Amino acid sequence: MGASAQRADVREGDNQLVVKGVSKRFGGVTAVQDVSLEVPRGSIVSIIGPNGAGKTSLLNMISGFYKPDTGQVILEGQDITQKKPSDVAALGIARTFQNIALFSGLTVLDNLMLGRHVLMKSGVLSSVIYWGMAQKEDIAHREAVEEIIEFLKLQDLRKQPTSALAYGLRKRVELGRALASEPKVLLLDEPMGGMNQDEKEDMARYVLDVNQERGVTVVLIEHDMGVVMDISDRVVVLDRGRGIAVGTPEEVQRNPKVVEAYLGKSKGGGGA
Amino acid sequence: MFHRESGIFKTTYSADMALYPLPIAKWTVAILALIFVVIVPLTVHEYYLSILNLIFIAVVGALGLNILVGYTGQISIGHAAFMSVGAYTAANLAVRLDLPFWITLPAGGLMAAAIGVVVGMPSLRIKGLYLAIATLAGQLIIEWTINHVPAISGGAQASIQVERPSLFGVSFNTQGHLYFFLLFFAVLAIVATLNLVRSRIGRAFVAVRDQDIAAEIIGIDIYRYKLLAFAISSFYAGVCGVLYTYYFGIANYEQFQLIVSIDYLAMIIIGGLGSVLGSILGAVFVTLLPIVIRILMENVGSLFFTTAEMANVISGLRLGVFGGLIIFFLIVEPEGLNRLWRNIRSYFRVWPFSY
Repeated sequence: MGASAQRADVREGDNQLVVKGVSKRFGGVTAVQDVSLEVPRGSIVSIIGPNGAGKTSLLNMISGFYKPDTGQVILEGQDITQKKPSDVAALGIARTFQNIALFSGLTVLDNLMLGRHVLMKSGVLSSVIYWGMAQKEDIAHREAVEEIIEFLKLQDLRKQPTSALAYGLRKRVELGRALASEPKVLLLDEPMGGMNQDEKEDMARYVLDVNQERGVTVVLIEHDMGVVMDISDRVVVLDRGRGIAVGTPEEVQRNPKVVEAYLGKSKGGGGA
Repeated sequence: MFHRESGIFKTTYSADMALYPLPIAKWTVAILALIFVVIVPLTVHEYYLSILNLIFIAVVGALGLNILVGYTGQISIGHAAFMSVGAYTAANLAVRLDLPFWITLPAGGLMAAAIGVVVGMPSLRIKGLYLAIATLAGQLIIEWTINHVPAISGGAQASIQVERPSLFGVSFNTQGHLYFFLLFFAVLAIVATLNLVRSRIGRAFVAVRDQDIAAEIIGIDIYRYKLLAFAISSFYAGVCGVLYTYYFGIANYEQFQLIVSIDYLAMIIIGGLGSVLGSILGAVFVTLLPIVIRILMENVGSLFFTTAEMANVISGLRLGVFGGLIIFFLIVEPEGLNRLWRNIRSYFRVWPFSY
């Protein structure tokens, strides 16, 4: 079920998210230098690269945590480079974290309800009064959340605090929380990191379903090359903060620069 | 209370999200209401009513502080000062403009909320201990200001006498009358808090507490919500200050010194952070503690101390027991009385077949 062949529902040229030549320096360290990224609507784009290549920094710039020193991030024609993370979320970019960032004191259900925070409106007064507006809104959004709970098969965990869940399940709940906000673009930072083969396959299935059934554009950071090559429409390779290759999984695999970044030069040393 | 879920099936989301999800709990609430509205005021002696009244006021303040500290994870050592802001606002309005309590009470709350937001502003940049020191500064500045500006404090004594509140020509003059007045606001505060913490705003508060980075990524403007928590929490504190003023018939800055801020922090630590029931239990516990110590010492202590020594011993013992208890709870049961209560409940939930 490789999606590597060009799919009909991915519209080349219609780029939902565009990153134009962003750079980010921390003191003397250049984390990302002049990286560009085009994410077609409805596609799965993977970012790969050795450790420290700047993958997560790039994601942080898209979601607004870092302000790039140069360059632009554009979502559906709108420049979001300088926006706060909470505003970026409201515009339809959701993400998950490399080391899970769930609200540990809350139940699975409340975590997912929080995912819909930007879609809800209740203010302080209607929350305090509750009966009436806030309750109606809570119930309406609960229905949407239940649909995601069903989709991710979390039914029996609804009322469990997330701190009590196993690692793989927590990753799934985090995906659910990101989905709950009905994002246009979903950024996944190593969703399969630390999982066993079965869990990886489950998660890959979910990512594909999110993309194909729900029509969400996915930007994925992942180290498991098997998964990346299987599900990506396009792969971007970073090395030491620079983009060194872009293309379909097949193109990237054949690219000598990529092979060099991962394995080192065949002669004359220069290790990774 | 001790109810069991077996055999109860919920068929709607609203039933699942209800404050009292089990039918029997509605009866518990009804029985509690009967006890507090009918039986207690008819049977309990005036002196004990006055203690209950103090507890009701403390419940309002503790709930407010718990919204900020327990739910949102921001600390404040300035809550007594916010109470004094509410108290003096209400006292000035009541005395100078002769306004009734249903105007002075929200006015005191709103003024405290405004000041609370200002004191809470450093929370954008600092957390934990540093925020504690910033709010401590707020406490001292407000205390000093009230004490030194006669326009606020009403002259050299820094205290303002206030008439007892009245409604439809009935003045709440006795402890029995005040009992209903304060019970009403305590219940209002409890219900409002229960609603707040289970709705969108309350969830966002907990999100800010648990994971501020993740909170931002799902679209919560954390600075806005921190200030909102300060505002709501200070509003409760302001109302609490107004209630103290009407209860004592006087607004006096000595009721709102630093030690009171610590008392309220003790309430929510002993009761349980991030819990409505915990706030109530903590308020009951901390209000009763000095009274129990005093009664105990008056009966037992007279064997060891002369009457002259007694006053010193009691006040010293109070502080000692208090400090000891806070340390005890922080070590043994950091989740407070609320957790003890839940442990007891979950033991009996499956009793006697607890395997």
